[in-house]
Amino acid sequence: MSKAATSLPRTIGAHAILLTYTVIALFPVIVIVVNSFKSRAAIFRSPLTLPTAETFDLVGYTTVMAQGDFIQYFQNSLTVTVASLFFVLLFGAMAAFALSEYRFKGNTIMGLYLALGIMIPIRLGTVAILQLMVASGLVNTLTALILVYTAQGLPLAVFILSEFMKQVSDDLKNAGRIDGLSEYRIFFRLVLPLVRPAMATVAVFTMIPIWNDLWFPLILAPGEATKTVTLGAQVFIGQFVTNWNAVLAALSLAILPVLVLYLFFSRQLIRGITSGAVK
Amino acid sequence: MSEQSLEHSQDKRPTRWHIAVFLAPALLVYTAVMILPLFGTLQLSLFRSVDNVQVFTGFDNFRTLFGDPRWSASFWNALGNNTWFFIIHMLVQNPIGILLAALLSSPKLRFSAFYRTAIFIPTILSFVIVGFAWKLILSPLWGVAPNLLDLVGLKSLFVPWLGKEEYALTALSLISVWQFVGIPMMLIYAAMLSIPDEVIEAAECDGVTGFSQFWKIKLPLILPSIGIISILTFVGNFNAFDLIYSAQGALAGPNYATDILGTFLYRTFFGFQLQTGDPNMGATIASMMFFIILTGVCVYLFLIQTRLRRYQF
Repeated sequence: MSKAATSLPRTIGAHAILLTYTVIALFPVIVIVVNSFKSRAAIFRSPLTLPTAETFDLVGYTTVMAQGDFIQYFQNSLTVTVASLFFVLLFGAMAAFALSEYRFKGNTIMGLYLALGIMIPIRLGTVAILQLMVASGLVNTLTALILVYTAQGLPLAVFILSEFMKQVSDDLKNAGRIDGLSEYRIFFRLVLPLVRPAMATVAVFTMIPIWNDLWFPLILAPGEATKTVTLGAQVFIGQFVTNWNAVLAALSLAILPVLVLYLFFSRQLIRGITSGAVK
Repeated sequence: MSEQSLEHSQDKRPTRWHIAVFLAPALLVYTAVMILPLFGTLQLSLFRSVDNVQVFTGFDNFRTLFGDPRWSASFWNALGNNTWFFIIHMLVQNPIGILLAALLSSPKLRFSAFYRTAIFIPTILSFVIVGFAWKLILSPLWGVAPNLLDLVGLKSLFVPWLGKEEYALTALSLISVWQFVGIPMMLIYAAMLSIPDEVIEAAECDGVTGFSQFWKIKLPLILPSIGIISILTFVGNFNAFDLIYSAQGALAGPNYATDILGTFLYRTFFGFQLQTGDPNMGATIASMMFFIILTGVCVYLFLIQTRLRRYQF
């Protein structure tokens, strides 16, 4: 390696810039979480210090637990995310297999048609989606959200998965065919297990926007019984603007599950991005 | 393809139903919930509701949007703000992303996995969290931002940025940049990793190192990725809504200074306070957003992408 790339001042400079940006990236999150454990007076008196024995206070969390239906919201978010994820992965993998494995008339057109949704956001169809959901009686149901998110996630899933499925060896599939496996079994038994890493990447990419979405819950399912965590936090914080303990606690509660999941899957996510699937 | 000849020999090409079975679920959901509503929205923009009956009115809604002074003022305000929102992202988010990626991709850098993970964290948070967190931090009631400025002796510079018409939009754009800088960083990082070592080594043999290596060797090689990031930023920005809504509410205050197309669409479609919702005008605005995004995507696909030189290794 060259001397320039490893010389000390350059390395220090690089670390200084990266460290500064890391602080910028993490500071707001840390400030919110740390202050959520403090008493009201301490939040205002010394926002930049860690909670000490006398300033430690969980009043924010007890307020959130007492007032908001966060358990219910959390369940709703979980149901919507898991169900959408399941359908995106299953339908997306099936379509990707059809597009990458078989040659048939309209294969390219079909691929382009499905890829359209990567560039054009589904949000622009909201007016007609709401009408569709009203007409089919799905307003204020989780089904409406699951349908929308499945449609939203499919284009990218098909695109990424078909790239990966092209790499599965033809010999293996043909060996399966000679052994008399049906096309369905080849897909479920041979191909799906082999593209599992790609499925995990797609899962992470699909999951984050669904969990964080505010637009569709706000429009399609604003009812109390179907609120997602994101919408629930938004409404709750709107009502408790002046109760800083409660707001900070609600924000921390909303941050933590995503953060834990992310730290759990970050290797997968980063490997997925850097493997060139999303170029 | 080998399986084709295989099938050919087995039986004389029966209808391959399995292809339809594999494609049908995805196509059905995608067409019914995404494509048809998109065209439905375009169609609705050509109608007007008179006594609860949809009447075809041609381009009247668009004429109202551009001709009626109240509508056109709001529309141009939202479009202008949205453009500024996009410009800030292009000028701040993408250069920072490229800088971070360039530093991260240098070989032998320690802790690079830690930096990557940490800098990407804001990207996974929801807009609601980001909006409120920054609203609290920048709030003059809570001393975080003034205290920090005080530490470096710049307390006099503190302004309640989100509350001032002249700063609010820029402040929100920078918050959005803070949130999404991880995406260009990761994509550029991936592109830089894919540059073969031989190319870099050859450059070093010729004495091209450091910044000139970055400008002359790496930058041209990652231009296609920068193109993709630009179009992703464009689509994301012209379809943004959540951050403004959670930080400033549907009215996009102060005095509509942070109103962008997404919040304008929401207010028009759903109504707010005294104004009642208007699905047809909402559809008209959504159609305009559709055309703007479509134009951007076409410009990228036909003008920019075809001119970018791609290098094969």
